[in-house]
Amino acid sequence: MIKIEKRNDVPMALYFFTPFIAIILTILGGGIIFYILGFNPIEALKFYFITPISNLYGLSELLLKATPLCLIAIGLSFCFKSNNWNIGAEGQLTFGAIVGGGVALLFYNQEGFYILPLVILAGAIGGMIFALIPAILKTYFNTNEILVSLMLVYVSKLLLDYLVVGPWSNPEGFNFPETRQFSDSSRMPLLFEGLRIHAGIFLALAAVMLSWFILYKTYLGFQIKVSGLSLKTAKYAGFKGKTMILVVFMISGACAGLAGVGEITGPIGQLHRMISPDYGFTAIIVAFLGRLNPFGIIFASLVVALTYLGAETAQIFLQIPKYTGQVFQGMILFFLLASDYLLFFKVKILNLKKNELRH
Amino acid sequence: MYKNFFKYLISAIFLLGFSVNSNADFKVGFVYVGPTGDHGWTFQHHEGRNAVEAAGIKTTFVESVPEGADAERVIRQLAQSGHDLIFTTSFGYMDPTNKVAKDFPNVKFEHATGYKREHSNVSTYSARFYEGRTLLGHIAGKMTKTNTIGYIASFPIPEVIRGINAMTLAAQKVNPNIKTKIVWVFTWYDPGKEAEAAQALIDQGADVIMQHTDSTAPVQTAEKAGVWSFGQASDMQRFAPKSILTSIIDDWAPYYVERAIAARDGTWSQQDTWHGLKEGMVAMGPYNSAMGADLVKEVEQLQKDLASGKVHSFTGPIYDQKGNILVAEGKVADDGMLAGMSVYVKGVEGDIPK
Repeated sequence: MIKIEKRNDVPMALYFFTPFIAIILTILGGGIIFYILGFNPIEALKFYFITPISNLYGLSELLLKATPLCLIAIGLSFCFKSNNWNIGAEGQLTFGAIVGGGVALLFYNQEGFYILPLVILAGAIGGMIFALIPAILKTYFNTNEILVSLMLVYVSKLLLDYLVVGPWSNPEGFNFPETRQFSDSSRMPLLFEGLRIHAGIFLALAAVMLSWFILYKTYLGFQIKVSGLSLKTAKYAGFKGKTMILVVFMISGACAGLAGVGEITGPIGQLHRMISPDYGFTAIIVAFLGRLNPFGIIFASLVVALTYLGAETAQIFLQIPKYTGQVFQGMILFFLLASDYLLFFKVKILNLKKNELRH
Repeated sequence: MYKNFFKYLISAIFLLGFSVNSNADFKVGFVYVGPTGDHGWTFQHHEGRNAVEAAGIKTTFVESVPEGADAERVIRQLAQSGHDLIFTTSFGYMDPTNKVAKDFPNVKFEHATGYKREHSNVSTYSARFYEGRTLLGHIAGKMTKTNTIGYIASFPIPEVIRGINAMTLAAQKVNPNIKTKIVWVFTWYDPGKEAEAAQALIDQGADVIMQHTDSTAPVQTAEKAGVWSFGQASDMQRFAPKSILTSIIDDWAPYYVERAIAARDGTWSQQDTWHGLKEGMVAMGPYNSAMGADLVKEVEQLQKDLASGKVHSFTGPIYDQKGNILVAEGKVADDGMLAGMSVYVKGVEGDIPK
């Protein structure tokens, strides 16, 4: 007989240590997969985790890739901590990029220091408004926010498709599904000559600091955490549940919108149909791997960003299929959830005697 | 303070890391937009790569590279890791290809279907797929009983509109009552959407289906519904043996081998290539015997005439939908007009999405 019991004494240190266990297990699991596929596992892992960041360009790319993941995950941590399941960050990212990109297109032939801040602000507001839809529906009509936020992803992606094919397509672009290039005044300044890492990383770092402050130093943060632990307690304490739900969704949407605007004003420089390789969904893994902790999320976003880069490098050097990147991301989440289970629950194997079984 | 810390940290990691040694071997890199198993666009580029490999030249490929921010990194990584010639095989790689080319003047770049050659080490190449469409139009015009041809289109770019027009003109020549119905799916590869579009066209009376998208879903849908279809990009006969009349095959292999050898031997120079049936970059799959021996003979003759230049896909008089003349009688459309084509010819139903 196997009996599963909830542990009452989960040590905090272990709680923050299990993500590392998950990563180590993922690396071991990856090695085994490479071995089965017929590659030298040590060499494959080296190309996967070390080669991509063995030069300045690689490091810049790692930070470039981690920036949107970190931003979105920070936003999601507010929702997840308070038991609000916003699965639609990808849609909020897309809508933020649409609104921000729209402003950038308004100024396509103008210069001015004020343009980029306007574009960034528009992106954040766009994401915020889009996140308010599932939040309002949840608070006033009792709908399920998982479903609504997820379905809205398709709405925003189709809207983007429509805009870049139709009204916003580049008049000189032979009908190709893309807008004009933004003017330099709408582009994120680059931090180093020749590298793609841009000022958007400061937005991510600011979000980390701000979220730490809000979550751990303010009354709102206290409300969020209490609601996450027990909705009933929050009610008894007299917290205004509805306002809090709206606020966490707005924060989450604004962060996703910023991530979207960072991509289009950073490395991409225009709107087209492929502005995000599903950062909004991958950020869910990042948020949990980082234990919904602002600093944990920085670390997690770097790890997950590396799985993207590693998949490319491993294909270039060893022709390992690129989809291993997704396998790695899946394994990280699986091992994290599995070790969490063992962390929170005791598995007891009970020795029952034969006569006991008969009863 | 912080900045300095980062500098030291970064340089420390830089020193610890090992640089990848680039050997003197000549290497060719390929960047694909889809998976090598799409049995359409990317599959054919991959076949071209296999031919380069068979010619004794080392190659590398990266598949399913999104046409967003990631493309530039992949292209740059290939350039950095000692690849001497890099083929970027989708339109969306145009700007990243030119950007990386600027930083690697000794590496040669070949971008498929684009028009920007901002540096002397960037060439562009594409195929005159419309010549294949002319053959499809001739066959469709003869085979249809309902006089309705269904066309699944991806994006309203000149290349796609050119294909629709070439097909319609050729079909009208053999069957003046022909109508071309179009469904725009706004994707290059989405088996679900493509299948739905095919079904919608069949429901509207089309008994010949063709597509400017990459999956095998349209021909499979046609096979099930018992209507005629055509393979796109690769020979798709085995996916719909009864329904497929022929396929337009993109054969990149000779071009890739030629350019790889030229780059290796130092004779590579910038060019803009637009090859068709004549050079073999556009080829036709086997003709279905259901067409009848006479029609097969006719089409084979037309194929020869298109290749030799005796017949041109866009020979006047050509009218637009409103009846305005586009190409005068006895004239043929020049490449400039073809490259920017953005109106339907008479006989195509509906409007180009705007």
